[in-house]
Amino acid sequence: MALTANSQTSLEGEAKRRLGILLSIPLSAVGRVTIHWVNILGSATVFLILALLKTFRPKQLSKVVHQIYYIGARSTTIIMLVSVFTGMVLGLQSYHALVSFGAQGAVGTLVSLSLIRELGPVLTAIMITARAGSATTAEIGIQRISEQIDALQTMRIDPIRHLISPRISAAIISFPILTTFFNLIGMVGGYISSVALLGLNTGVYFHSIQANVDMQDITDGLIKTIVFAVIVATVCCYHGYFAHMRKDSHGAKAVGLATTSAVVISCVLILVSDYVVTSLLI
Amino acid sequence: MNTPLIEFLNVTKRFGDQTVLDSINLKIYEGDVTTIIGLSGAGKSVLLKHIIGLIKPDEGTILFRGKPVSKMKKKEINEALAQMSYMFQGNALFDSLTVYENVALPLLETTNLKKAEIDRRVMARIEQTELTEAVHRFPSELSGGMQKRAALARALITDPRIVLFDEPTTGQDPVRKNAILSMIAQYQRKFGFTAILVSHEIPDVYFISNRVLALYKQKIVFQGTPEELENFDHPFNDEVLSSLEDLQKELTGLYSRRKFKILNSAQLKRKKSGEPHSIVVFTLDDINSIIAHLGHDVVQESIRRMSLYIDKHFGIIGGISTRTNTSEIVTMLPHSDFAEAQNILDNFNKDFKGQGINDIGNWTGVRKLVALSGPIKFTILAGIAEGHPDEKIESIIDSAKANQKEIWTATMSRGGVNI
Repeated sequence: MALTANSQTSLEGEAKRRLGILLSIPLSAVGRVTIHWVNILGSATVFLILALLKTFRPKQLSKVVHQIYYIGARSTTIIMLVSVFTGMVLGLQSYHALVSFGAQGAVGTLVSLSLIRELGPVLTAIMITARAGSATTAEIGIQRISEQIDALQTMRIDPIRHLISPRISAAIISFPILTTFFNLIGMVGGYISSVALLGLNTGVYFHSIQANVDMQDITDGLIKTIVFAVIVATVCCYHGYFAHMRKDSHGAKAVGLATTSAVVISCVLILVSDYVVTSLLI
Repeated sequence: MNTPLIEFLNVTKRFGDQTVLDSINLKIYEGDVTTIIGLSGAGKSVLLKHIIGLIKPDEGTILFRGKPVSKMKKKEINEALAQMSYMFQGNALFDSLTVYENVALPLLETTNLKKAEIDRRVMARIEQTELTEAVHRFPSELSGGMQKRAALARALITDPRIVLFDEPTTGQDPVRKNAILSMIAQYQRKFGFTAILVSHEIPDVYFISNRVLALYKQKIVFQGTPEELENFDHPFNDEVLSSLEDLQKELTGLYSRRKFKILNSAQLKRKKSGEPHSIVVFTLDDINSIIAHLGHDVVQESIRRMSLYIDKHFGIIGGISTRTNTSEIVTMLPHSDFAEAQNILDNFNKDFKGQGINDIGNWTGVRKLVALSGPIKFTILAGIAEGHPDEKIESIIDSAKANQKEIWTATMSRGGVNI
């Protein structure tokens, strides 16, 4: 009897131990992932701070201007294209939704506030991520795997100062300008669909914009763009700069995966930070 | 001896579970051309990257001019790095910049020189490395050899005191390999920098090296002169040197110095002690002024063609040949005394005047360049010395060199070869 009781106790102990192991598997996985992401967040923050500190060193202006041209000026066409159709769709949808209440006079307000507060900053950031952010990751990643970054170090040229600082600075300057551009063209798109195509009065459209858009709306939108600029530039540069340290691949494949990760993470962070910033500003 | 410029004390480096360098001890002296040899994947590049600080050791100490790098202040490390330059195996040229911009980059970023001065220095280096025509081209538009030269120009633009070359001849054909090594040797003499090379171009790299370090199974197994390495009794010699030298023989047609010595002593062992043999030493005279006119590539190709002609002519009668430096070929005639060797050399000279020189002179590379740069004089010196089985080969070669006289001179011009 005593033997049976003992063996039953040991079986229960074994079962508890197994249950403990079973429960610890997901917990340890969560722990590992958390530590991994905290590590990345920490090193990306240090990376960003170093890049920002090195922005104000000599001989940086021409590099920043070059990057503004690359990130900003060369993104203009795609921004125009996306913004005009975004504005047209907004105009079209809001006209049809509001006309049934006889409130079509608010189309201008709806289009402009949607663009200035949300769609302008978010869509501009996503478009720049797709166009310039991916290219930045790929370019820096290739420079890393082909030892060009090591070459800079051997020449006593600080790679963060030379490659990263100008890109982050240029993004901080370009994003608000492109977003403003997006908003303006978007409002023209709204005008085309609601006024030119659907017959809304021109004066009503522009008056509703003028009357309902506050400076606060514009400022909040621009604050978001700066947050997005810092996120996109840091994420894209960081992934390229450390492409050689990826554990899942090497060489050209690592650059490809780094580019994909940079775009995906940037887009997710844009949307997450949009919510956070909006909730802080509202 | 002086304090070494760079010294490794028990340096160990691991990547994960793999030990790449295991308790490495080595010394590199100022003003020398030091070559680190070893098979591919032996860790040569990793070793070189430790010197310039791109990789830090897991264990051990690296000394720079006798001072541990780990105890140096940041300013001292920067000052040490300012004296160094690194030429990467894959060149690491910035592919979005032109050749000019690549070469100018270190000056633009690390000095406060005026644009005119930067322009002057960059153009001087570009001319020295024969890249004038490629100055506004991007690296992707250049041949492999031109990319190497652009990387070399960039490495030398800051007038470094120490230049590290990581496999400078990788991916080049035999002629270009010799051209690049010859260029490194020429600049090293001209600018007086300390050169540290990683290479497996054996034996060609010996021509320019004062010291050789052999990396074998994660350790430095030999440090000394190329001549000392030839007598080094270690598995490294059988496993590494022989395989690399056999490859070289296939590519150039000539034996390595080590193989030459082995064959030479094997031939001599078969002879009776009184039986003579002869050594002939050929030299392309005033090679530097020919290089200045025609460039390294053309001169190396000319020497290669000359080597093949010598090997073809003397090989039939049992002669064995080797190249002992960039402009010198030594041939051993195992069955000939001085008089017989003189006859053979006279016959060779007639043949060479008849056909051999046309082979070189009519080679389009020479003709094109001669047409551009103007006439250029080629002079070949030859000297014979008789040796006996109990004599050292080095002393016979020295005697042959002392007997050297002009056997042939010709001016190559747009119109052809004038002997």
